[in-house]
Amino acid sequence: MIPQPYRVVERKFETTDTVTVTLEPVGAGIGRWAPGQFTMVYAFGVGEVPVSISGGSCGLIRHTVRDVGAVTHAICTAQPGTVLGLHGPYGHGWELDHPPAEDLLVLAGGIGLAPLRPVVTEALARPGRYRHVCVLIGARQPADLLYTHEYGAWRAAGAQVLVAVDRADPSWRGSVGVVTGLLLQARFAAPRTAAFVCGPEVMMRFAARDLGYLGVPADRIRVSLERNMQCGTGQCGHCQLGPLVVCRDGPVVGWDVAAPLLSVKEL
Amino acid sequence: MVQLAGLEPLVAALRAAGYRVIGPTVAGDAIGLAELTSAAELPAGWGVELAPGGYRLRRRADQARFGHAAGPQSWKAHLHPAHQPVLTVERDAAGQVSFTGPAGEPPRYAFLGVRPCDLRAIGVQDRVLGGPGSRYAARRAAALVIAVNCTEPGATCFCAATGSGPGAGEGADLVLTELVGGPGREPAYLAEAATPAGRALLAGVPHRPAEPARVAAGQEQVAAAADRMGRTLPAADLRSLLAGAHDAARWDDVAQRCLTCGNCTMACPTCFCVTAEDSTDLTGDHAQRWQRWASCFEPDFSYLHGGPVRESGRSRYRQWLTHKFGTWHDQFGESGCVGCGRCIVWCPVGIDVTEELHALAAERDAKEAAP
Amino acid sequence: MTAPTLDLLAAHPFLAGMDRQQLDRLARWGHRSQFHAGGRLFSEDGKAERFWLIRDGQVALDVHVPGRGDVLLETLGPGSVLGWSWLFPPYRWQFGATALAHTLTVEFDAAGVRQLCEEDPELGRDLYGRFIAVVVDRLQATRLRLLDLYREDRP
Repeated sequence: MIPQPYRVVERKFETTDTVTVTLEPVGAGIGRWAPGQFTMVYAFGVGEVPVSISGGSCGLIRHTVRDVGAVTHAICTAQPGTVLGLHGPYGHGWELDHPPAEDLLVLAGGIGLAPLRPVVTEALARPGRYRHVCVLIGARQPADLLYTHEYGAWRAAGAQVLVAVDRADPSWRGSVGVVTGLLLQARFAAPRTAAFVCGPEVMMRFAARDLGYLGVPADRIRVSLERNMQCGTGQCGHCQLGPLVVCRDGPVVGWDVAAPLLSVKEL
Repeated sequence: MVQLAGLEPLVAALRAAGYRVIGPTVAGDAIGLAELTSAAELPAGWGVELAPGGYRLRRRADQARFGHAAGPQSWKAHLHPAHQPVLTVERDAAGQVSFTGPAGEPPRYAFLGVRPCDLRAIGVQDRVLGGPGSRYAARRAAALVIAVNCTEPGATCFCAATGSGPGAGEGADLVLTELVGGPGREPAYLAEAATPAGRALLAGVPHRPAEPARVAAGQEQVAAAADRMGRTLPAADLRSLLAGAHDAARWDDVAQRCLTCGNCTMACPTCFCVTAEDSTDLTGDHAQRWQRWASCFEPDFSYLHGGPVRESGRSRYRQWLTHKFGTWHDQFGESGCVGCGRCIVWCPVGIDVTEELHALAAERDAKEAAP
Repeated sequence: MTAPTLDLLAAHPFLAGMDRQQLDRLARWGHRSQFHAGGRLFSEDGKAERFWLIRDGQVALDVHVPGRGDVLLETLGPGSVLGWSWLFPPYRWQFGATALAHTLTVEFDAAGVRQLCEEDPELGRDLYGRFIAVVVDRLQATRLRLLDLYREDRP
């Protein structure tokens, strides 16, 4: 797959090691994308990595990237004007309305909020579409929370936004605990809720389990899987999880499909 | 069905038509696949002795050129090269970046002597890699395939069990049957065209109508070959067997033997996994991406967040066998194995996939029978 | 002291599904109480003579670490139960608790409830069972936090 050139127009630090880059297509661009999909992002001479789209409208693409390796380091340190390469969009997205639900619950851990941000944006753009929208956000510590400047706007648009950190800092006055602990305070009717979960795999397993205990049907819980996706098109073989080719059959998958696969060690 | 006057005119016609003829030839102590300039380079009178972890050339009593199997190479090296450039990136002084795919026409290969198992393997890879517009599809479209029916399966063969032989299936342009004569006598080559390209090729080489007795003999030998397979597969739905075998004890058993060397994936004609490697030149304005064969046995194949998902040799062997015989069905609608037996021959410790599958089936049966 | 109504207790998730009669017995040892933001519910080493059902607000569990001050360990919000050291000797708090916001609770007399459980073993079994579930849940949550899953690299 040949990347398309995209220029960095804005670069914003979300946390000490996570940056949101806003990209503008130099040419035609990759076209429409759906929440939950990802693109491959290429940094000149270094390589490319899969990154879930965290926002963008009118042709712009926003990617929230954590600096953890050579390619992500190049993306995170790319100054405005730098040209990166994008191809995609790939994968199965969150598909908010398939099937429709009364309540929406978004549960995000760490950088997992990035692929979920377009869900929140889309859900709140249609007032009255959902009876309740709950956004539960977890992070290691307050400084690692993403998009904190948007929580107010989400609340103003009617969402219940609850935040918990694993460990507090001296100034933190919010909840301290695992993000799933916030379920107790979330307002939603489990049997009529669509739940979208994204974060570290262990966190997703416990969250899906707890959502199940509360009565959300397994096929109404969707998780965003992560495996070593190198091509985005199902041809390199790296991202397999049992029968699933994650870049093509995922990354968003129903919990009823994911649960038996994630429970097998080293699958 | 016709009988060719010989193979030399066939090779000459192919070369005259601009094809690079790839076929079996003796190279070192094995029969590999190389470019042929003449039919004399085919391994006439050479056969092989095959065993788990064993491959030996042997002198045949006849002059058969295609009486061998499970060589170390398969045709995938030409349709899905082990190392190929896939992207060129240029950056100018103003920071403008342009991306281009590999240029040039694909090479025109004529594959001479594709055994039915390998013919099926080409089809399997067609369905994995051959999407419209893909590099693979371009190479495949430019290739001419001359298959050879199998009349002499090897000790490690099981194409009958995978339904990929011993008669050639679809995908060839021309299908040959080699009828060996006595010692010192030239084999007779029957030929049947399957495509317009095959018919055109046949029209340009000397041939005569095949005698019905010869045709019948050929058909009988191919049919008989189905009963002389060296290996079998369990008579079970392998997809569901493997889907339920995640915790089988057999994996621990094979893990003690498997070196995770990846020979099986290199020799297998359907394995297709690749890894991309990016680099720049010294000026830093010109970057390239190359694609090389990868193996799910590589320690970092499934790397994620600081380490591989499949770290143990046990999990990597399970992945390979389960993918090949099980989840390939989920992903591509068919089995990934064609019964060629190369993985058995070229495994340095002689792990036999058919034996492993029989053991997994037996373990499941024992568990189901237990109270 | 305002006695909690049965409905208040029945509505609290910790006591969900408890038999009305038993709720009634329990209610006699409870009363509504509230804490302003910053109010201290208990301190480390104090006598564990009470426990609370949190109805509204937020309570922080803390421990004093020399050099780090009072370290916030965990917060408990509406629907939670606070305090289990009253269940077994030496009946001493292991941590401290402070209300982070104006907090409404139902506060129970620990000695009275312990006595109640002695007299009514079925109620005791039910109540202790609920506390075990809470302890298991908090332990699992703590283990998850210990895993430090939001890290990218291998420790």
